Amino acid sequence: MSAKSIDKFMTGVLYAVAGIIVLLLAGLLGYILFQGLPHVSWHFLTSPAKSFEAGGGIGIQLFNSFYLLLLSMVISVPLALGAGIYLAEYARDNWLTDVIRTAIEILSSLPSVVVGLFGFLVFVLQFGFGFSILSGALALTMFNLPLLTRNVEDSLRQVGFAQREAGLALGLSRWETVIHVVIPEALPGILTGMILGAGRVFGEAAALIYTAGQSAPALNFADWNPLDIASPLNPFRPAETLAVHIWKINSEGIQPDAAAVSAGASAVLIIAVLAFNVLARWGGNRLYKRMTAG
Amino acid sequence: MDPIKDAMTHKSRSAKIEARGHLISLACISLIVAVVLAIFFFVASRGLATFFTNKINLWDFLSKSTWEPAVKDAHGNPQVGALPMIVGSFGVTFLSAVVATPFAVGAAIFMTEISPNLGKKILQPVIELLVGIPSVVYGFIGLSVIVPIIRTVFGGTGFGILAGTFVLFVMILPTVTSMTVDALKSVPRHYREASLALGGTRWQTISRVVLRAAMPGILTGVVFGMARAFGEALAVQMVIGNAALLPKDLISPASTLTSVLTSGIGNTVMGSLDNNALWSLALLLLLMSLAFNLLIRWIGKKGEMK
Repeated sequence: MSAKSIDKFMTGVLYAVAGIIVLLLAGLLGYILFQGLPHVSWHFLTSPAKSFEAGGGIGIQLFNSFYLLLLSMVISVPLALGAGIYLAEYARDNWLTDVIRTAIEILSSLPSVVVGLFGFLVFVLQFGFGFSILSGALALTMFNLPLLTRNVEDSLRQVGFAQREAGLALGLSRWETVIHVVIPEALPGILTGMILGAGRVFGEAAALIYTAGQSAPALNFADWNPLDIASPLNPFRPAETLAVHIWKINSEGIQPDAAAVSAGASAVLIIAVLAFNVLARWGGNRLYKRMTAG
Repeated sequence: MDPIKDAMTHKSRSAKIEARGHLISLACISLIVAVVLAIFFFVASRGLATFFTNKINLWDFLSKSTWEPAVKDAHGNPQVGALPMIVGSFGVTFLSAVVATPFAVGAAIFMTEISPNLGKKILQPVIELLVGIPSVVYGFIGLSVIVPIIRTVFGGTGFGILAGTFVLFVMILPTVTSMTVDALKSVPRHYREASLALGGTRWQTISRVVLRAAMPGILTGVVFGMARAFGEALAVQMVIGNAALLPKDLISPASTLTSVLTSGIGNTVMGSLDNNALWSLALLLLLMSLAFNLLIRWIGKKGEMK
């Protein structure tokens, strides 16, 4: 074969590879949505799960997922901001910074199941939080922190140096410059990263099986006292999330309609994650336009 | 008091805010480093107990193939041979990387060299969506689509390393692809121009110049993908069959380090040998993730020198 026909042939192959990948995603999404969406109804989204009979919903799991997400973001966002500010603004170019960066890199590459086991050992057993939303939120924080921190650092670094000089020239301290000048400018990037992180956290299950637990006790949605065990807000109750629920009913196999429930739950999970993605993109752009008058 | 002297000898409000801010950010970063150290300390202290408290031979642990911590063998030693899980983990990791790499590199070439326009409009969002799909959903699809297909085509139960490979292939594909795209994009434009000017076709340019120049970056992407595959727990656990046996072929039930951990740690008593042996598996997982990290650094350094 001449070089030209090889070139044509390989171009065809590359088109085929690209096509296969697009078809793969279309197939995945199509399968989940076609299998799952017919099962999704208001009843399915709001009623509690049943273990030995068909017809259970995912109401409590859905609430748990969102509550856990909220709690873990409340813990991890300030930490990531602080750590990101340190790395972008204060860190000098020395061995200590190297160690810190290596530590963050290692944390971000740890398998999530190891993070979950550590959470089980430390939060559940050592600190005595038991299988609880709090343990789960702390485990998710560890899982989420390295990526959030890197995102904050990158966003801060994108801000032009002249902005900092302007702040310092006006007599602000470095910290005040960061808080009042640099962060507002970097906010769209930071927010986009946070929402994408939220999407990741929302679908995470391996870190939660042994921290937030695999049971979803009945909740009384009229009881908003965070100290009552049946209250949805109680951070010390075990809380099975949507992702954990899908895993559990598939590996236990005691629910007669496990396939239908997991398809429905998967569809809800995917739609939620997609919504986070769209929100991150659209919200980030919009916010940037508003804040930069562009 | 003299206001000038006062201003000179006392810290200004700004300086106090500055010191406090610096301290806050330092505290945050120290916490992250402390968490990493704590993870290593706790997992190691549990994982090493198998060898120091229960006196299991490290070599036996790594090379024996019977995993029944509750049952003792003829010499009265508990049988904790982790070889089936080690083989399972490495098996699915390597196989999925082998399958995923050509696809990922192909897709990346398509996005950077063949049709950047289509790549940006279609393939880029597709890759990002694939990253976003949660691992349990991959596991569920594997369980309800891939396992039955394997069962019909090859017979057996359908569970096994082959099913795990397929699921992991899709899961690591986006990781490897996007890192390969970055690697290809960082190849300077004049490399391509030089090759084309010498009369090379586009494919000759890609295969002999661009891919070669981007090799360290592509390898880094593949190792990242392998690290992800090695540590993935639930998706694999749902399709691999969870039998702690040395896999005879690709379609018999097997297990990985992560699958045994997820299904086992809740059913054992803290501090017992069964439990300690599981923590040793977790330690192994931790060390492997560290090894992948070192490998990535090493490739990065090698790539720089050229």
